[in-house]
Amino acid sequence: MLGRLSWAAIPFDEPLPLISMAVVMLAILGVLTIVTVKGWLPYLWREWITSVDHKRIGVMYMLLGLVMLLRGFSDAIMMRTQQAIAVGGAQGYLPPDHYDQIFSAHGTIMIFFVAMPLVIGLMNFVVPLQLGVRDVAFPVLNSVSFWLTASGALLINASLVIGNFARTGWMGYPPLSELAFSPDVGVDYYLWSLQISGIGTLLSGVNFVTTILKLRAPGMTYFRMPVFCWTALASSLLIVAAFPILTATLMMLLLDRYLGMHFFTNDAGGNQMMYVNLFWAWGHPEVYILILPAFGVFSEVVATFSGKALFSYRSMVLATLGICVLSFTVWLHHFFTMGAGADVNAFFGIMSSIIAVPTGVKVFNWLFTMFRGRIVYRTPMLFAIGFLVTFVIGGMTGVLLAVPPVDFVLHNSAFLVAHFHNVIIGGVVFGAFAGYNYWFPKVFGFTLDERWGKAGFWCWLVGFYLAFMPLYVLGLHGMTRRLQHISDPSWQPWLLVAEAGAIVIMCGIFCQVAQLYVSIRTRELRRDLTGDPWNGRTLEWATTSPPPAYNFAVLPQVETIDAFWEMKRRGLTPAQPIYETLEMPRGSPIGVVTAFFASVTGFALIWHIWWMAILGLLGAAVALLVFGWSDDRERELTAAEVAQLERARRGLRQPA
Amino acid sequence: MTVTTIDTAPAAIPTGVARGRGGGGPAPTRIVVAYGFWIFILSDIVMFSALFAAYAVLSGNTAGGPSGRELFNLRNVFIETLCLLFSSYTCGLGMLSAERRQAGHFLIFAALTFGLGAAFLLIEISEFAGMVSRGAGPSRSAFLSSFFSLVGTHGAHVTAGLVWLVYMVGQVLAKGLRAAVLRRLACFSLFWHALDIVWIGVMTLVYLMGAP
Repeated sequence: MLGRLSWAAIPFDEPLPLISMAVVMLAILGVLTIVTVKGWLPYLWREWITSVDHKRIGVMYMLLGLVMLLRGFSDAIMMRTQQAIAVGGAQGYLPPDHYDQIFSAHGTIMIFFVAMPLVIGLMNFVVPLQLGVRDVAFPVLNSVSFWLTASGALLINASLVIGNFARTGWMGYPPLSELAFSPDVGVDYYLWSLQISGIGTLLSGVNFVTTILKLRAPGMTYFRMPVFCWTALASSLLIVAAFPILTATLMMLLLDRYLGMHFFTNDAGGNQMMYVNLFWAWGHPEVYILILPAFGVFSEVVATFSGKALFSYRSMVLATLGICVLSFTVWLHHFFTMGAGADVNAFFGIMSSIIAVPTGVKVFNWLFTMFRGRIVYRTPMLFAIGFLVTFVIGGMTGVLLAVPPVDFVLHNSAFLVAHFHNVIIGGVVFGAFAGYNYWFPKVFGFTLDERWGKAGFWCWLVGFYLAFMPLYVLGLHGMTRRLQHISDPSWQPWLLVAEAGAIVIMCGIFCQVAQLYVSIRTRELRRDLTGDPWNGRTLEWATTSPPPAYNFAVLPQVETIDAFWEMKRRGLTPAQPIYETLEMPRGSPIGVVTAFFASVTGFALIWHIWWMAILGLLGAAVALLVFGWSDDRERELTAAEVAQLERARRGLRQPA
Repeated sequence: MTVTTIDTAPAAIPTGVARGRGGGGPAPTRIVVAYGFWIFILSDIVMFSALFAAYAVLSGNTAGGPSGRELFNLRNVFIETLCLLFSSYTCGLGMLSAERRQAGHFLIFAALTFGLGAAFLLIEISEFAGMVSRGAGPSRSAFLSSFFSLVGTHGAHVTAGLVWLVYMVGQVLAKGLRAAVLRRLACFSLFWHALDIVWIGVMTLVYLMGAP
């Protein structure tokens, strides 16, 4: 009746996950109780859960990413603590089985449920505003995307208390991830949560490619788009071209596990290196999916806070698209040790070095933008400068690893761990934080507290160096990654420094939570009444903070790059606008309903509860068919209503 | 209702901006929907390319089991191909009638499309069933795993297409050929033609190159 599911699935003998999950459950129950008692549920359902407004969906993505960051970070600090104390005779506090689940969950969560939601959340909020349009191409699909991502996150969190998670690392390499060696539900949790959220991500990619290429304000030619839109386009193109590879690869592993096929098994002709190749044919573009939008954020932030136009806009665009193409020619550097031979390794080594060139172009563009600018050191700008220094170091260790003979020595070592945290924290995470601080006033209408923000920045920066520079040293000393126990006591001092770094990062996270709390408490003092708190350059600052549901009552006419800057230069005196009737998309529960059935199906398939899986699939199919039949998906906002809303909105606004 | 009323005209094009550089403002819904669906189809083709790659890698790994040479029947494949290609032709004719608002013609062509698609699917299912009954199921060898997955994924797409076609016929009957229905039909037709393109790859790489 319940497949593999029984009371034995709940780890009563392991207090750690049980306690943490009990705390999480209590927190969720508490929030739900408050929401219900205060009668906020209808509001939440109407304005957020079923909302198809790209701004609301962007906020929900960011919230998901930040909450999952807490989960991923608690995994990180558990691992750091284990490595710092389990040296020599000591065994630490995490048994190997648990430790293996933690590092697998940490990687999976940080990539798929932290970095991706943060990046896609920023894209959701910012891109339509920067393009000067009212929403993305497919607003309802956007909601489906978000809720499918949330469904994957739900499944991965469920694995904490019901059953267990994969012990295979976040790449899930076979043959270890095959049924013969991982017979329980851990790998299935990994596979189904990634499949479900992967569909969401793919649909986001389709949505944004279409939005950016087909929906832009009149006059916004390709070479007048803000750089963030270019990077969002490149990232979305990569999603469309790369995520289906991951879907197919994980599907093959699922077929191996569920139907006894032999794609990657040791016997009957399976080829596990094919998994590794396919995985990284997705995986390497994936790192650019994450970093390119971060580059876009820094381009906006550096130009705004230097008070100058971005240096060499065209070379920035070309570098972005160059990276987009080249990212598909480097995947083999993740496994030079496969034994493909000197020629193949040389090709991929050279390509991996070449892809650093456009990134270098970007670094110089940012530096030249700052050169002789009037730099204002607000929190987003601090993250941008911290990024420039940190990312250059990470980039150079990357070029070092791109040399195959060096890679043979450093493969799978702590050096590699240090390298990719160097580029992901120093690049993607700093980019997400810069964007969060930069666009927050546009989202909510009040600025974030600078003191806590800057304290958070310094903790993150110092903590990052403390936590990961020692790992470079340890990697050069021969420490491999994913060690549950350290046998060489001479490594311990470095591991203690790394532990201290993790604690400093924790202080940074605390500062950021405090920043949010303090800012909300003092929001009346920090209202952004101008809509343009940073003296911005692009169209999102042309509307009020927060923007109305329709973003722009009249679509702006674009005549240059940095369109809003140009409008301000010429004087902000538009004639009395002539409002037109707008077609606004109606909210729709299809996203959350589909995701509900997807979660049920995923859970049922993980536990082999076949009847429930069939019911879940049927439910999702019926929901989609019902939605596909509907025609009444838009509501009209008449010109008179728009004029009334605009009067109320503009009345609040004060000239910059 | 005439064809020209389907689209809301794009916002006024500012003078001096060449449309070719994308300065013409937001595209009409009809364009946006079809374009977005095209991008989705491209992603689907990328997924098939991964399955093709897997087949290319594993096609020789028969693990002592039967190879394509012993299993494939080119005559069946020829009939399957004819069914699918002709179904694309009838689908195209159906779309033309739909755009001319000839609902009767559309229904006839939709029925033909469905029949040909279903015939393709039946032949494929009987081929699969025959192979499984001879002990050449997907778990026999890596070659057969990749064969069943690649061809089966295409078959699953055809099945989804048939369900979608029935659903669209229902919409045409219930609502008539209005703009929203036409947009959905355009997506269906793109999907159906894309299945042809994938099938040409399957026929060539799997059957023609693997048969005696």
